[in-house]
Amino acid sequence: MTATAPSIRRTPIYEGTRIPSPIPTVLRTPADLAASGDIMTVNFGPNHPSTHGVLRLIVDLYGEDVTGLEAVVGYLHTGFEKNMEHKTWWKCITYPERIDYVSFQNNEYVFVAAVEKLLDLEIPPKATWMRTLLCELNRIHSHLVWLGTSALELGAISMFWYAFREREQILDLFELVTGYRMHTRYFQVGGLAEDIPRGFYPEARKFCDWMPRAIDDYETLLTRNKIWLERTEGIGLLSADDAIALGQSGPVLRASGVDWDVRKDEPYLAYHQVDFRVPVLPEGDVYARYRVHMAEMRESVRIVEQCLDRLEHMEGEPWISDDRKVVLPPRHELHTSMESLIHHFKIVTEGFRVPEGEAYVAIESPRGELGCYVCSDGGPKPWRVKFRAPSFVALEATATCMTDALIADMIAIVGSLDTVMGEVDR
Amino acid sequence: MSVYDGVPGLVSVKEEHRETTLVVDPTRLIEAATHLRDEEGFNFLSDITAVDYLGWASTRVSGYIGTPAGRDLNQPMTQGYQAVPLPKPKRFALNYHLLSISERPRRVRLQVWVDEDESVASVIPVWPTADWHEREAFDLMGIRFDGHPNLVRILLDDDWDGHPLRKDYPLGGEPVRFSGEE
Repeated sequence: MTATAPSIRRTPIYEGTRIPSPIPTVLRTPADLAASGDIMTVNFGPNHPSTHGVLRLIVDLYGEDVTGLEAVVGYLHTGFEKNMEHKTWWKCITYPERIDYVSFQNNEYVFVAAVEKLLDLEIPPKATWMRTLLCELNRIHSHLVWLGTSALELGAISMFWYAFREREQILDLFELVTGYRMHTRYFQVGGLAEDIPRGFYPEARKFCDWMPRAIDDYETLLTRNKIWLERTEGIGLLSADDAIALGQSGPVLRASGVDWDVRKDEPYLAYHQVDFRVPVLPEGDVYARYRVHMAEMRESVRIVEQCLDRLEHMEGEPWISDDRKVVLPPRHELHTSMESLIHHFKIVTEGFRVPEGEAYVAIESPRGELGCYVCSDGGPKPWRVKFRAPSFVALEATATCMTDALIADMIAIVGSLDTVMGEVDR
Repeated sequence: MSVYDGVPGLVSVKEEHRETTLVVDPTRLIEAATHLRDEEGFNFLSDITAVDYLGWASTRVSGYIGTPAGRDLNQPMTQGYQAVPLPKPKRFALNYHLLSISERPRRVRLQVWVDEDESVASVIPVWPTADWHEREAFDLMGIRFDGHPNLVRILLDDDWDGHPLRKDYPLGGEPVRFSGEE
């Protein structure tokens, strides 16, 4: 690759490239070793407690060394994208959040943002700030699930309980705002589905005060833990060039020394108005990915606090756009205005129409670049919806990361790539 | 005139919704991709999206609310305005969403059009991440990629019939086998 930008820190994690050839995602056992008869092929998954969901890995073992590896996915394929073509635009919003069931708000947002881009809708500031806040809470939630399960897989069982204790608090906050703990469907095309309830801000403040101390707790348990260090340091190496060539994004890319965060480099929502750091580490191993995740949680708490500062002064402001062709009219108007009744009827029965065109929106989900491509023919249903799932791409890097690894490292490496199989298979 | 005039095989450039779309000749895709990576700095392939336009514009879209200039809801006589979407050159579109991870981040959509019996060259030599994206496009849309080293189904079973994201594949088209039927 010739385009070398100064913003990218190129610390040589290893020389050259480790991407297997000719198939970039399959590690093949060398022919002489395969012929020796000492290779044992193990089918790891699809139902195995440490594969983070229904992931199947076909592993060639030479003793404890992994010599060949192929990831097989698709066990959770449910045809979300096909289904969405048969639903009206506003019914579709429930699908993306089920694609990645751990970072539902981000998935919800990316789809809504793509539709809004086609519609050219103006979003009220209150909705923008609330969306930013919820996306960041969701990032913490997702990182906590990642931390709990990845640590659990490496034997740190108590970590799981601590992480899920705070996750519970976040889910309570979601429930307070939206009525649901997961799959909230709170983002509507045009803004939010409901106004922010009273009592949310103090509860969110309480959480923000508590969370940094909780992260301190996690770090006390893990960051200098000898067993943790031995299981993660220098394991699963991925160089910056290989990470970019393999399309890696999010914490995996930043742990390989590439300073890239869509929130910072292509700001969306209110990210250009909040102050936060993008943690970047040059080591490119599992431990670096762990530390990037931890640092990101701290930054997310800071962003949530800044959003609260703004939102607390926005009492009474509109939370959804006033475009009656897209947004449902306020309930009370239905009793007095014929026009509102017609709009309500049209949107509920037929759905709103989105002008012809195609759009691609990319955001920084907890797992990396989450993209949504939508194509409309001007009708009330999408012509095509496609998600660029960061987990799907992350799994492409398993073969490269597993070069010269042991079978025990595989658990740490696959865990560190932070995949959600629902998103991989869609 | 645009900055992308030097792209080999360039057919047209579109600017819509603050996004640039470069339509290129499918036979020169590799040249165009290599040029964009090496000369323009698009080192990152985000995504490959295949779209099936079978039946596009066959059902007239009524009550169209947009004009190229934007929406004008308050202008009389535009309500109920009948419009048919613009025709597409071929059945399938392949959209390569590129990103430049650099000091000057920018995105571009590289688009090629293919028909049912046509195939397109694999871009794995340019961006290795294309491997699974192309397998997905093959699996769900049935597009063939020449030179792909491992073009097999990825999300569906190996013995699956048809390509579900095609427009002529029905929703709920999965055969349900009851016990004792065989």
